[in-house]
Amino acid sequence: MAEILNRMVPLLRELGVDARWDVIKGGEQFFEVTKKMHNALHGKDEAFTKKDFDVFMETTEKNILDVDTHGDIVFVHDPQPIGLIKKKKENKWIWRCHIDISKPDRRVWKFLKRFVELYDSAVFSSPSFSQRLPIRQFLISPSIDPLSDKNRELPQETIDGVLLKYGITNDKPIILQVSRFDRLKDPLGVIEAYLQVKRYIDCQLILAGGTAADDPEGFKVLEEVKQKAEKDPDIHILLMPQNDIEVNALQRASTVIIQKSLKEGFGLTVSEALWKSKPVVASNVGGIPLQIKHKYSGLLCNSIEGAAFALKQLLNSPDFAEKLGQNGKEHVKNNFLITRHIKEYMLLFLSLYHNEDVVNL
Amino acid sequence: MSNLAKAKEPFKFVTRLHLTELTGLRASTLGQFLAIIKEIPDASIYHHTHRFLQQHQYLSPEPPNDFAHWVSEMLGEKKLGEKLASIDTVQYPTIRDLRDKISETIDRYMNADKKSKRRAVHEGDEFHFIKAVSFVLPTSYVARDLGEFVSILEKITVDSIYFHMFEARLRLESGRNDFSQWIESSFGDKETAKSISKLDPYTYTMENLRKKLMSIIKRKIA
Repeated sequence: MAEILNRMVPLLRELGVDARWDVIKGGEQFFEVTKKMHNALHGKDEAFTKKDFDVFMETTEKNILDVDTHGDIVFVHDPQPIGLIKKKKENKWIWRCHIDISKPDRRVWKFLKRFVELYDSAVFSSPSFSQRLPIRQFLISPSIDPLSDKNRELPQETIDGVLLKYGITNDKPIILQVSRFDRLKDPLGVIEAYLQVKRYIDCQLILAGGTAADDPEGFKVLEEVKQKAEKDPDIHILLMPQNDIEVNALQRASTVIIQKSLKEGFGLTVSEALWKSKPVVASNVGGIPLQIKHKYSGLLCNSIEGAAFALKQLLNSPDFAEKLGQNGKEHVKNNFLITRHIKEYMLLFLSLYHNEDVVNL
Repeated sequence: MSNLAKAKEPFKFVTRLHLTELTGLRASTLGQFLAIIKEIPDASIYHHTHRFLQQHQYLSPEPPNDFAHWVSEMLGEKKLGEKLASIDTVQYPTIRDLRDKISETIDRYMNADKKSKRRAVHEGDEFHFIKAVSFVLPTSYVARDLGEFVSILEKITVDSIYFHMFEARLRLESGRNDFSQWIESSFGDKETAKSISKLDPYTYTMENLRKKLMSIIKRKIA
């Protein structure tokens, strides 16, 4: 989300929209609660106490005092700052949900819903996330910027240099997952799938990612992943700081890219991989099926075994893999670039002032 | 200066952009599906029968409507899916008529196979009803004769062609596409107007439709 806003806000300003963005502040307790909420909205069982909701509201009240919300339109992203809506005056407010809330924990959703209902509109990344709400809901997919360091073309020397830096050779196929170390990204499941592939194909696995500042679980997951990988020298666990060129290089150096999330808001790493014409194996969850049409622009899977089978198919059928990658790039070009995203945000702004289904401007 | 006949009224090209609105309504059985189709706003029927035209342009042919695709692929009712896929959208002058045809097709199928009403899809495979919100904007392109018209057709966005060929006819209920309407009323040229009206635009990609329209006009002014 921050990655998109970093690219989006300057472009909106160039288009004459006086856009700026701000972040809320929160302490350790707040982030523990919001992480639990995040997991619960994704359907995981989490125990909540009254104190959890009190912590959430205390931080919200502090942020209400600090955050400037004077614009014509206030665009709030995700559940953490959702309570800022209490500050709404005559201006328009939009809530942008980036996470998969297709089967949310009812208690948490009920708590958040009373805030959502105060907004003018909500935006989701997949039709399955929409809820029965008294406000308008729009479907807008996130996007990638093809000119950013994460996605631009790279010289071969840069790609080779990054492999060298991390001690990775390119003498055997590379399977890559780029994701923060989070259970919902299922890094342990990726290792399982890789081990099933490894029985037949000599390949290597890279799990590259960081841990988010607002994710207290990240380091624990990373330790479990390291432990599971320690006996296999062909598994490379790369705890990387935010380094877009290195991620870009790893994606370009890979033979197949996997995104085996258990839940996924949209999964922009899939768009990034497809943009690089890479064959992708990804879970059939959240916004991923919008990006991958099975057997046309990638392979979808629903289990570890399914992921392993798809990986083997792609590693053993390079022509098929290449075709999927080409189709995938075309699909991203048509649907998931930042230009389309900005156009839809501008239309979204207009929709706040027009209720009709056909608006004549 | 061009010797081509001047139009009584110039043709002003407009364009159309769209935003996708979620209704929050979903169906997991054929019975629910039909009940919602009967009640949902026209904008949703329009979205699910026209979405494919502007998406996957490189992937032609696509399933002609989302309803047919879901019924065949998710619900597994291939026969009904085929019937829905073969509804000839171009025959229906209004969305109301199109909706009636879709409902009637499903209704008849359910009456013939009573069990089909309750057959359900797996969790996660529900049909989500969506609608299209259109924003119609003026462009700077104006044609005063067919020569100007064809040179604008060559460079205007597919969004504009889409609006004049599909949306104006069906969604704004003008009865026929804007191009035929203008050619007949401004030049009295029924033949060219009819050549365009007779096209089944649903079977072209937008770029191929552009080429076809241009070839009809070029043949006329050659």
